[in-house]
Amino acid sequence: MSIVNYLLSAFSIGIIFLLGATGEIITEKVGHLNLGIPGVMSVGATGGCIALQAMYKYRDVLPGWLIVLVALLACFICAGLMGLLYCFITVSLHSNQNVTGLALTTFGVGITKYEMSKLTRIGAHEYLYALPIFRQPFSDSTNALKYCGVMTFIALFIAIAVSFVLYRTKVGLNLRAVGESAATADAVGINVTAYKYVATIIGSGIAGFGGLYYIMDYAGSQEAYLSIEALGWLSVALVIFSLWKPLVCVFGSFVFGLLYIANAYAASILGITLPMKLTPIMKLLPYVATVIILVLTSIRKRRENQPPAGLGITYFREER
Amino acid sequence: MDNNNHKEKQPLFHITKRNEMPVWQAMSVRVIAVMAALLLCMILSFILIGINPGKMLVSMITGSFGSQRRVWKFFKDLAVLLCISLAVTPAFRMKFWNIGAEGQTLIGCLASVACIINLGGKVSEPLLVIIMLAASLAAGAIWGLIPAIFKAIWDTNETLFTLMMNYIATFIVSYYLMVWTPSGSSTLGALKYGFLPVVFHNYFLLILVVVILTVLIYVYLNYSKHGYEISVVGESRRTALYIGINVKKVIVRTMALSGALCGLAGFLIVSALDHSITTNSVGGQGFTAIMVSWLAKFNPLAMAGTSALITFLNQGASQISTDFNIDSAFPNIIVGIIIFFIIGCEFFIYYKVNFRHKGKEAK
Repeated sequence: MSIVNYLLSAFSIGIIFLLGATGEIITEKVGHLNLGIPGVMSVGATGGCIALQAMYKYRDVLPGWLIVLVALLACFICAGLMGLLYCFITVSLHSNQNVTGLALTTFGVGITKYEMSKLTRIGAHEYLYALPIFRQPFSDSTNALKYCGVMTFIALFIAIAVSFVLYRTKVGLNLRAVGESAATADAVGINVTAYKYVATIIGSGIAGFGGLYYIMDYAGSQEAYLSIEALGWLSVALVIFSLWKPLVCVFGSFVFGLLYIANAYAASILGITLPMKLTPIMKLLPYVATVIILVLTSIRKRRENQPPAGLGITYFREER
Repeated sequence: MDNNNHKEKQPLFHITKRNEMPVWQAMSVRVIAVMAALLLCMILSFILIGINPGKMLVSMITGSFGSQRRVWKFFKDLAVLLCISLAVTPAFRMKFWNIGAEGQTLIGCLASVACIINLGGKVSEPLLVIIMLAASLAAGAIWGLIPAIFKAIWDTNETLFTLMMNYIATFIVSYYLMVWTPSGSSTLGALKYGFLPVVFHNYFLLILVVVILTVLIYVYLNYSKHGYEISVVGESRRTALYIGINVKKVIVRTMALSGALCGLAGFLIVSALDHSITTNSVGGQGFTAIMVSWLAKFNPLAMAGTSALITFLNQGASQISTDFNIDSAFPNIIVGIIIFFIIGCEFFIYYKVNFRHKGKEAK
């Protein structure tokens, strides 16, 4: 059974990467490399937890779906606000994306640590009462299946929906045009600024779900908020790994999950004991795989696998 | 453009690029931004936590300059941050977005520690320090070269590549920590060999090295042929090709230099400060350095000022969190807010907001 557990766990932890990466894909598709994603995910999680904490008193009165919905909404708003901040500085104030993104991560992780440690102190992490609700319909399972809660389905739905919008609708076409060449898109009459704002905010909101999923579903512990940053960076890596395609991302998130927890399960599956010192080497694998993919795509130069051409370039209309 | 469509409603404002702003004016915009950010932080902490703004300011200043020990610590932190910032600058001038300073510095630390563990006690102390220096420089340079070579040959996206290299470095360090600590605790105690000589004060030599480095980098970037080539490649790769600069060579050479200087920072951290290594030895300074370098507009001399500002904020904010018993994450929030303001204010230095009614201008 341990193989099944391994696959299930890999799939579940992959959902974090999937949500983070799907959000980042939308942002990168409009040409903005948001390195603030780890911060955004953390803040999203914080927002959700604060909302859950606030509903603690009414937990018996409110229906479960409403609790989840409010938490998701709070998460989306908080993460979206971070996206708005990033967008205001990079789009409206024409600032450097890398610098802004890194500052956003510092800022977001700071807020998260501050707020979450406060929650733990005052409420004795009461927000965790919602764990069984988030883990519906498998909350009674004793194996890894219990991590496949409601948000798993939301994540898969979002990934498919985003893929559909990006590649099958006019909005998606315009959005990708903005990311490839903002000046061209502008000339065609696409509202570049609006597209960038909306895409970044929605993308950040989705990425925020990743953080909330990790705390309220996968980890379910009060210290979970401390590791969101590391998972956030893996999400940024996953975007590259999956060649900026949300559907590949579903597969990629599973691969990342397999690699990320390989060490914990390798011993029981293979029936051997691995030396402890191999743990870091195993944890390295997702990053190495990402580098290899990045190099291979740049060598092969297939046009559909390249990063958006305008990635990282600030667009100023009067400078063309 | 607006003059052509009189019939349409004109937008409320439009943005134009400024001519170069006088230095004093640009500086005053930045000072105003920092002041505004500090004010906002004070108001926020007054409302949210109830800290007296006056006391907060005092605590902030004493955090960096309250005692002789704190002043030395201030200059020590400043020196390390400045060293890494100087390291990333040549690459940034070339518009090579090296965000891998964290990893390059960490690998430099690792190389130094590896030398101490393997050679400590077997060779004389001065020789060991020299070997450590060489090893750190080489390790950092290699870590910088890997993405640079792929960038030069296949135009692989360097931002993403160097970002990944950071994590690879982190896990390599945690691997070696497990190898070196047989108990499996993964915490390496302070090592007994490989000390940078102490002159005047523990930190003096470290600070001196960075001061010299600042001047050297300034001269290198502004008055040498290499520096000129870097600027041209950064401005326009095509121009560089036309005038016969070997772009690939410049990219590889500059990144090797950038990485080696990060390695130097790693060497300094180990030999002058920590005498040990953790996965957090660099502590995010590789990322902060990017902001420092960018805020100084890639000018090494101005970088001394911006890294002083960031160090001051960090130290002041952590003093506040001790004095008022707030969570240690508080400094990150304050520094984050202030950096947003500084990043944001650059806009007003380079652009002008023209409102619809003539003559009205934003600052």
